[in-house]
Amino acid sequence: MKKVRITTAIFVMSFVSLTVMSCKDSKKENLESDNHSEMTHDATKDNTMEHDNMDMVSHVGQMTGSKQVIADYMTLKEALVATNKDAAAKAGNKMVGSLKIFEISGYTSSQQKELQDIIVDATEHAEHIGKSEMDHQREHFKTLSKDMMDMVEITGTDATLFQQSCPMYDKGSSWLSMSKDIKNPYYGSKMLTCGKVEKEIKSKM
Amino acid sequence: MKFFKIITLILLAVFVVIQFFPTERNQSNVVPKTDFLLVNNPPQKIRAILQESCYNCHSNKTDYPWYNMIQPAAWYLEDHIKHAKGELNFNLWDELSDRRKSSKLRSIIKQIENDKMPLSSYTLIHKKALLSEVEKHNIIKYTTQLKDSLSY
Repeated sequence: MKKVRITTAIFVMSFVSLTVMSCKDSKKENLESDNHSEMTHDATKDNTMEHDNMDMVSHVGQMTGSKQVIADYMTLKEALVATNKDAAAKAGNKMVGSLKIFEISGYTSSQQKELQDIIVDATEHAEHIGKSEMDHQREHFKTLSKDMMDMVEITGTDATLFQQSCPMYDKGSSWLSMSKDIKNPYYGSKMLTCGKVEKEIKSKM
Repeated sequence: MKFFKIITLILLAVFVVIQFFPTERNQSNVVPKTDFLLVNNPPQKIRAILQESCYNCHSNKTDYPWYNMIQPAAWYLEDHIKHAKGELNFNLWDELSDRRKSSKLRSIIKQIENDKMPLSSYTLIHKKALLSEVEKHNIIKYTTQLKDSLSY
């Protein structure tokens, strides 16, 4: 009888502590997501001021333009080619940071509007890549790639890029690469060389 | 025996106390002009699916289940709904640019194709929200058409 009582007590206690803990967790998550929405808010609304004050230190020496965004995108692409989920997630999160400090004030107002739209969309995809499984990362990479192509159309590129595509993945999917050789980010080693060069984007910076 | 009694009392007290913690109710009666159904006016069968299986979390109005009267269930729901609306709020559909709409539609298609949505934790209790193969096919077809009509 005593044993039963002790077991019940342990059960009850662990239930209580679990409940308390899970409440805490969800609170923390709430807080995190709050921060999150604030961050995206910052990125959409007041792009420059606050970041100059707060983020410059941590981003010392980091470029605040499309070049950095493209560089992160390429790191992400390589990770997907290698079917490396963790590296892809890391690159996705890095890209969120570069998109956040992307300085668009030098563009015309219609270009700024378009770029802002691209940044919001790309940020969402990069965020998801930062916390998802491989297949989901690749889904988001497709739309992210479209965003990058549209971005490059406005910003130009200082290195020649190749727009490549694979007809098999999701009824045809494109991506950007620094090299002419096909290395398929949608399938990795399963179908590494599936695809063709659609277009060469010449440097015009 | 005394020990057991104390624990039960504490547990009971905690349970009672948390009932007094308020949660934010997601129950706006205003449907803004930007609402997905208003803007796109989908056929009735699509409308019904969206309302039954999606709108409870992805809009400003939740048809709350009875267990929302009880903590900690209400906290759990509140958290879920907040997150869901952050991802996609059908009420605010037309605030999105074509690029963003296209992005969201693609995500909807993928989520349904891969059985990620509606969440299994939701359909477990809300059997009506579960999508049949035909319903899935219909909604994917409709969403794809809508996506193709956009320029992105």
